[in-house]
Amino acid sequence: MGKRGIGAKLLRSSLYTLANIRTKPSYKKEEATGELSGYPRVIHVNQPTVVPEDTSAPIFCSNYVSTTKYTFYNFLPIALFEQFNRVANFYFLVAAGLTFTDYAPFEWPSQVVPLALVVGFSLAKEMYEDLQRNWQDKAANCRKSTVHIGNGVFDSKQWREVCVGDIVKVKKDEFFPADLLLLQSSYEDGMSYVETMNLDGETNLKVKRALQNLSFPIVDDDKSSHFKDFKATIRCENPNSNLYTFTGNLEYDGHIHPLEPAQLLLRDSKLRNTEFVFGVAVFTGNDTKVMQNTTQSPSKRSKIELQMDKIIYLLFGLLIFISIVSASGFGLFVRNMVPFWWYLMPDVPGEDFDINNFLISGLRHLVTALMLYGYLVPISLYVSIEAVKILQARFINNDLHLYDEVTGVPANARTSNLNEQLGQVDTILSDKTGTLTCNQMDFLKCSIAGCPYGKRLSEVELAAAKQIAAQLESNDAESSSDDAASLEAITINDDGNVNKKETIKGFSFQDDRLQNGNWLKEPNADVILLFFRILAVCHTAIPEVNEKTGELTYEAESPDEGAFLVAAREFGFHFIKRTQNSVVVRERLSKDQEPVEKEYNILTLLDFTSKRKRMSVIVRDETGQILMFCKGADTIIFDRLASNGKMYLESTTKHLNDYGDAGMRTLALAYKKLEESEYSNWAEKFHKAQIASGPNREELLEELSDSMERELTLVGSTAVEDKLQKGVPECIDRLALAGLKIWVLTGDKMETAINIGFSCSLLRQGMKQICIVVDAEMLAESGKNVIKENILTQITNAAQMIQNKKDTRNSPFALIIEGKTLTYALEDDLKFQFLNLAVNCASVICCRVSPKQKALVVRLVKEGTGRTTLGIGDGANDVGMIKEADIGIGISGVEGMQAVMASDFSIAQFRFLERLLIVHGHWCYKRISKMICYFFYKNITLALTLFYFEAETGFSGQMHYDDWYMLLYNVFLTSCPVLALGVLEKDICAEFCLQFPALYQQGPKNLFFDWYRIIGWLANGVYASFVIYLVNLKIFSPESFRKEGQTADMYVIGTAMFTSIIWVVNVQIFLISHYLTRVQLHTIWGSIVVWYLIVYIYGMMPVKWSSGNIYHQLTEVLGPAHKFYLSTVFVTLLCNLPYLIHISYQRCYNPEDHHVLQEMKNLRKDVTDRKMWKSEQDKARQETEIGLSARVDAKMRNMKGRMTRKYSSLAVRSS
Amino acid sequence: MEVSTTNNANGASTKSKPHHSRFTQQELPAWKPILTPGWVITSFLAIAFLFIPIGLISLFASERVVEIVYRYDQECIPEMYCDNVTGYIQSSHTNKTCIKNVTVPKKMIAPIFVYYQLDNFYQNHRRYVKSRSDKQLRSASGEFSTKGCEPEAKLGGAPIVPCGLIAWSLFNDTYSLSIEGKVIDINKKGIAWKSDTNVKFGSNVYPKNFQAGDLIGGGKLNESLPLNEQEDLIVWMRTAALPTFRKLYGKINSNLEAQDVIKVVLENNYNTYSFGGQKKLVISTTSWIGGKNDFLGIAYLTVGGICLFMALNFILLYVFKPRPLGDPSYLSWNRNSSRQ
Repeated sequence: MGKRGIGAKLLRSSLYTLANIRTKPSYKKEEATGELSGYPRVIHVNQPTVVPEDTSAPIFCSNYVSTTKYTFYNFLPIALFEQFNRVANFYFLVAAGLTFTDYAPFEWPSQVVPLALVVGFSLAKEMYEDLQRNWQDKAANCRKSTVHIGNGVFDSKQWREVCVGDIVKVKKDEFFPADLLLLQSSYEDGMSYVETMNLDGETNLKVKRALQNLSFPIVDDDKSSHFKDFKATIRCENPNSNLYTFTGNLEYDGHIHPLEPAQLLLRDSKLRNTEFVFGVAVFTGNDTKVMQNTTQSPSKRSKIELQMDKIIYLLFGLLIFISIVSASGFGLFVRNMVPFWWYLMPDVPGEDFDINNFLISGLRHLVTALMLYGYLVPISLYVSIEAVKILQARFINNDLHLYDEVTGVPANARTSNLNEQLGQVDTILSDKTGTLTCNQMDFLKCSIAGCPYGKRLSEVELAAAKQIAAQLESNDAESSSDDAASLEAITINDDGNVNKKETIKGFSFQDDRLQNGNWLKEPNADVILLFFRILAVCHTAIPEVNEKTGELTYEAESPDEGAFLVAAREFGFHFIKRTQNSVVVRERLSKDQEPVEKEYNILTLLDFTSKRKRMSVIVRDETGQILMFCKGADTIIFDRLASNGKMYLESTTKHLNDYGDAGMRTLALAYKKLEESEYSNWAEKFHKAQIASGPNREELLEELSDSMERELTLVGSTAVEDKLQKGVPECIDRLALAGLKIWVLTGDKMETAINIGFSCSLLRQGMKQICIVVDAEMLAESGKNVIKENILTQITNAAQMIQNKKDTRNSPFALIIEGKTLTYALEDDLKFQFLNLAVNCASVICCRVSPKQKALVVRLVKEGTGRTTLGIGDGANDVGMIKEADIGIGISGVEGMQAVMASDFSIAQFRFLERLLIVHGHWCYKRISKMICYFFYKNITLALTLFYFEAETGFSGQMHYDDWYMLLYNVFLTSCPVLALGVLEKDICAEFCLQFPALYQQGPKNLFFDWYRIIGWLANGVYASFVIYLVNLKIFSPESFRKEGQTADMYVIGTAMFTSIIWVVNVQIFLISHYLTRVQLHTIWGSIVVWYLIVYIYGMMPVKWSSGNIYHQLTEVLGPAHKFYLSTVFVTLLCNLPYLIHISYQRCYNPEDHHVLQEMKNLRKDVTDRKMWKSEQDKARQETEIGLSARVDAKMRNMKGRMTRKYSSLAVRSS
Repeated sequence: MEVSTTNNANGASTKSKPHHSRFTQQELPAWKPILTPGWVITSFLAIAFLFIPIGLISLFASERVVEIVYRYDQECIPEMYCDNVTGYIQSSHTNKTCIKNVTVPKKMIAPIFVYYQLDNFYQNHRRYVKSRSDKQLRSASGEFSTKGCEPEAKLGGAPIVPCGLIAWSLFNDTYSLSIEGKVIDINKKGIAWKSDTNVKFGSNVYPKNFQAGDLIGGGKLNESLPLNEQEDLIVWMRTAALPTFRKLYGKINSNLEAQDVIKVVLENNYNTYSFGGQKKLVISTTSWIGGKNDFLGIAYLTVGGICLFMALNFILLYVFKPRPLGDPSYLSWNRNSSRQ
């Protein structure tokens, strides 16, 4: 929390003469030298070539940053290794190798070609992805920076050439190439402003300050020759990931100066508002804080794929089992039967068997069998899934509903292998700034002198009002007119927002009573005037002239200050200039009046810290009157009011509550008039305290400020809306209704985070907030164990509370935890208690968390609950979280691309998440699970027929299919329908998915890929193979199969059987499809037709080129045989009969949700029976405590509760 | 759904705007079949009404086929050799001729087919199936390609034509039939597939070194006839799928009357005794479904019956416990709440 506080102090120091610069006094020198040995890193400034004397000193890494997975040389070995690390691929590699030996039951292309396709495809994909990373790295490494190259000359170098110890010059709006120790800035006192957007997502500027005691001459831009002979030694801590700490010291001229985080400029942050700075590179390349914060991106695999692996293991088990059966069968045959089979010349040992050694023969046959039944494990499954996912990803990319018209950015599925995971998300962990909010504050309402102004509604109110109206409409029969009347007010207000005029950034206020100078006519005009003045004067912002338009923009420490200044300007109080000790405001009270510039002398500024929660300025206006303006958190200000300053207290409190509930950030404004003598007495004490040194100084200053900020008079309060991105509350509501949990992880302060919680409806009135906080003093003073104990007590108390409260429905809990506390809570011994508490709370908000902590929280949720997590964010600070989560989503907003680069999916706006998950996720989940089940089914069907046949051949490994059938089966004959299914299948249309969010739970509950279903499909495959084999043999053998008297040979039966397989699996896929477009129908029929064509063409090929096994088979042998067709029809039907009966029964008497909805759609019930349709939509939701709907429900409950109370009291009275 | 394609006011590039088509937006018109009770009942009934007649017709066709199966392997062993069957069959000096009578049960109308049936003979064993050279069979130029024919590939360096175990183990029992002394002509031409005689077996390939080794397998071939005219070999070379198989021996082009007693003169040459195989003589007519096979008809009838039963079942269920289509009370959220 201290960060902003420090920033504020430092900022002030450059602006106000009264301020004292709080460096660590030199009396600490001994202490510092004492620590000398404690700093392992020794840097010789400006002499990068000097080899450290201490040989044990580490050699610093270069500033070259590489995020690629492979290099040019190790790509093939590593990538291949990764490929063959997959069990299935390794198996196929071995199998492919063995096809060149005599063990193989078939020719080599049938194994090698598919494997080469699969691996080649994956390698190409890996290479492409790594090349993209490489290009990004190149861009970063080749950026230019200005580095001291000796003799006071600075020259441009590429980033990667920057070494530790180099002095680097960074100009305005440039990024820092490494972690730099600030030596000097263009400001006299070494101030510089830094934007750390990429690190922590905060857009407000941070102040960094050079060491004061290094006296450099003030320099003009390029004459910086004083660095020619600058020599110093820095000793500091080793590289670490903590963004907010840095310790070390700098030895210069025989003095040792302690260093603190305020002097460290971090790589990837940006210099702002400062012409230039000089700094020494302290950490480079991978040592920099930002790189240390990068977490290794794990290769993500979806849960379905992981489960699929288990099925593959299962099939491997089956494969090994039947291979062993086959091998032992073969062994037994060789021992017991084959010696008598003279027609095999059993006495001649061949490579296939040796009757004298049946054990060896059996073992050798095991190898053959393992290859033969390889079709159980579908090699093409991986390729098909990859292909399907790529096509699915293209649909996501092409979805116009996910396209942002404003920025022109479509959705982008960057890694396609997680599509179906989108349909299984359980917890969303979201960043705040830039993701939920636009990082823009809008001045929306205010309450002045107890009178509320501002007619526009906040987005939450608006959304809630809409929903209430909708609900009233739908159940107007139930609700009394009384209810409706009370809600009418909200709905009517809605109109105010419709005719939006041209918006001013930061100002959405609309109320004619105050605008256009009308406020002068208000009864309390003098108070209003004061209110505006406080807005215009009491702040720490700096005006900045926009060079193009000449307009003023404000660089404020927090965006709400900016909003205040914009508001003040709109009301006619234009803050135009800040000097070291004054603020100039151009006041224009009414339209017809000329603007007057008024200068306010700033006498003292008491800054804002998170502990004080208030800031004040003491100014002398032009009349000489001394005034103190104060703004701060309402509770703090209310405690400090004078007894005669509480005139508006009651009404203001009420307004503040309303504003707070509507998710707005509120501040109370107050003032006090000071007598000259009163002030000078105090100022003298304060000044003394400031220049004093010693441990009590801070306390003393605190006490003095406190004594001054008393006896205030309340003026009013402001309400600023942290502008949410478009559609965020509705989206969160939908996601909540779909049963998703939403956690917010933000780098912001707790107050801001809570406000956003309110405006996103993650929090609401009536929710019990559990704040787990350890106060600063405790953190500073107590040992780790004490703090942990404290946290543990808080957690257990809270857990106890939740347990005691059985009915959480009416007062759910919200957990709010702060970064420093989280550090401890995430440690191994506490984290599960913490997680346990967190999952029991309706919403969780973590504030002031570092990027690494975000990742850790994600990991905790992911590993602790085993549920699927989704991380969404927009800034570089979210990268860790995005990488760690099961699915990372980057908002491709305005700022930076790091989040997008690290993400698996990128969308332009948070609101698109709804469609991405509820529609695309749902579809992809169903498609992939159906597809995989079917894939296993079709391969089992094929492979087992081989097994049965082999058993009939004395387990000799003979196939009754031609090699080419086997090769073409997966590649050609059955691939297209299953691809079409995986890409196009839809159980219900997008609108229904959105209207019935409860359907989403089919994914997280994994209803369509559970073991019940998988085993069912495997069993179906076993059944089908059995029927196909047995029935065909019974039909074709041993008697003649056609009128002309010929009998069927092995390949005739093989072809007939294979024809049955083709029909069976294609009819099966037809039966499992709900949505048959032309594409599916064509692929299904096409596959069947193509099969006959292949048999025909292959059979017509000259025997020289074909195996000859099926020469003229279709035309001459099978085609004219009636039995051929009868067997196909019969087998096709019999194989699909159990499934047909199953779905008929299920459909008729035990339908699933999507079945009923399909029927409703078919009967057009959504159009004809609107009322039922609406009420079903309302019911189709998960129990949730967050989101607008929950909020509206709570409100309704309250209202009803009130009414029943009223009625019951009436009843009591009447009786 | 119409999506505006105009440039937006902010002038943001619309280059990256996804192309709008029904395909990219996943809104292709589609057939969304719904399995209503009507459909279920109709389809089951339809299947039943299709399958039951087919079953009946097939069964009828199968019934019409007259088939004589006569197992002779045991009966054709002279009693003195009962204890040394293999010795009898392997010896070249024993008299293998065996005369038996079979009775025609029903009138058999030409064409009548004569088959031999072997049991427990693994023609489908991998070593056996592999052991042939199609190239060699096809033309004289391929005489030396005996790859895969091991261990019956060469005889003292000269290639065996036709090489391989299949040819080597050629079936060589012969049958001649007569009724009351009148010989029934068995036509051995046209029993092989046309594609085999025309293409796969060459007209210029003559047997060489066949059965000339120490170990004699099965039948011998006429060295003066090209392979494509030796149809017994061609039929034999089409390996059967199962260890029990029938192969066409010849055709009879005259009718056989019921109760005719056929005198069969067998040359019992082929050794199935060492591996316990059976040999059968089969004389059979055919119908449009081929030989006698009740399975097909019964299977069709059974499945048709099951479908009829299912249809009735669903009708009953539908009458007694109907579920209105699209009834919201079957939605999971409604069912859950009613359970609570």
